[in-house]
Amino acid sequence: MAHYDFNTPVGEARIRALRVNDTVTLNGTLYGIRDATQIHLFDRGRKTRFDLAGHAVIHTAPNVKKVEPSAAHPAGYAPVCIGTTTSARMERFTRPLMRRYGVRMIIGKGGMLADSLAAFAELGGVYLAIVGGAAALETTWIEQIEDVDLDDLNPESLWRFRVKGFGPLLVAMDSHGASLYTELKKSAAGRRAAALASLGIE
Amino acid sequence: MDVDLKQVEEAAKALYIRALKILPPDIKSGIAALAQRETDPTARTILGTMIRNISVAEDTTNLLCQDTGIPIYNVSIGRGVNVDGYALKQAIRAGCERATREHPLRSSVVHPVTRRNEHTSCGRGVPVIHIDFSDIEETLAIEMIPKGSGSENSSWLKMAIPAEGVDAIKTFVVDCVLESGGKSCPPTIVGVGVGGTADLCVHLAKQAATRPLGSRCADPEGAQLEEALSVAVNQLGVGPQGLGGDATAFAVHIETAATHITMNPVAVNMQCHSARRARATFTPSGVEYGF
Repeated sequence: MAHYDFNTPVGEARIRALRVNDTVTLNGTLYGIRDATQIHLFDRGRKTRFDLAGHAVIHTAPNVKKVEPSAAHPAGYAPVCIGTTTSARMERFTRPLMRRYGVRMIIGKGGMLADSLAAFAELGGVYLAIVGGAAALETTWIEQIEDVDLDDLNPESLWRFRVKGFGPLLVAMDSHGASLYTELKKSAAGRRAAALASLGIE
Repeated sequence: MDVDLKQVEEAAKALYIRALKILPPDIKSGIAALAQRETDPTARTILGTMIRNISVAEDTTNLLCQDTGIPIYNVSIGRGVNVDGYALKQAIRAGCERATREHPLRSSVVHPVTRRNEHTSCGRGVPVIHIDFSDIEETLAIEMIPKGSGSENSSWLKMAIPAEGVDAIKTFVVDCVLESGGKSCPPTIVGVGVGGTADLCVHLAKQAATRPLGSRCADPEGAQLEEALSVAVNQLGVGPQGLGGDATAFAVHIETAATHITMNPVAVNMQCHSARRARATFTPSGVEYGF
């Protein structure tokens, strides 16, 4: 269980060195992405001008305040509250995100499924678990909303954040086929019979 | 007592923002109690982060969670209260819209087919407004629940049959907790509706999920069931965020209603660890805010 501090973007070797239960803290650029963003990117043929290669994306749609563009708020948005949404809904987008855009890290809550795990192994990626519902704290790790693309989808735009000390995040799925969620699902299913027995169901 | 609708609009606005920022004391002590009992080190760290988040939200007067949810207003009209019901609903909707624009809050509400977001937290049938009546003299209460989608997506209805008995209800609840895993942002309040029609059953599950911790089902049969199920689901080891541990659920809450001789319906609706709610109580002496 090692801890890593990453300045994004990062190369494949550093991602492949990560194992489940390691922790990572990010500095630099972080992209915010969500259901509609990915539906438009991958189902409706839209493109982004951002270069996501080697970067981390977080499953989010933030609360923002529209402000006059300035040095502090170059995109014309001030962060209000930025948190994380449930990842599993976006399962089918992991592979295209990695293949087409070179994304290496997905940050979310609740975990992803078998196809994501396979994509992480094939293409060199990880899933980093953040504590869902801890958005007030998460917001303190965001320095700035640097830029935004596909903003007609607001709040499900493609956001570019500048972050500092973003973490620690838990490596919950790695590029070696390990997933804390799969392990947990197995062990919890194993306890189902005992739980039902305690309710008088044999 | 006459109700000032301007005050209702202000309250509808204030309640939305208040609910998003201040966690009720029963939930705060519920998380603290789970953290104290937790034996899994990862789970202890996660619960610690949740507790830290509550104080950061208070210190920075920020929202606890980014998910502003689907706004729900539960109105309870007591005896001797004079109010234009239609105008009351309009005032609540106006307050909800103003909270979204003026704070500002993320509007999480879209049209179900076009997915268009009006950026008002309102749409067809939303905010959800439930109106009920109570026997409390000269009192109008409005409870506001911003219902997050992580937990709302963990909702199920099963039209079990009488031959499957109460075992079908128990098994269904355990299986829903397993199926939900980390997606509902555990530790959760597992809301269970037992009986009624299909729609009433799901509504009861939502009422159960949003009840304060420590409250018990008024039906003794339901109360017994919620005690047994609270123990059972916490044997599964799903844990905070679905990453393993003791703290899978704060509690299982149950609400019951009579049902048909041929029916045995059970519904589950989850509430996440950020179990937000706020309440405004109107009496002749003014408006009081609480939980």
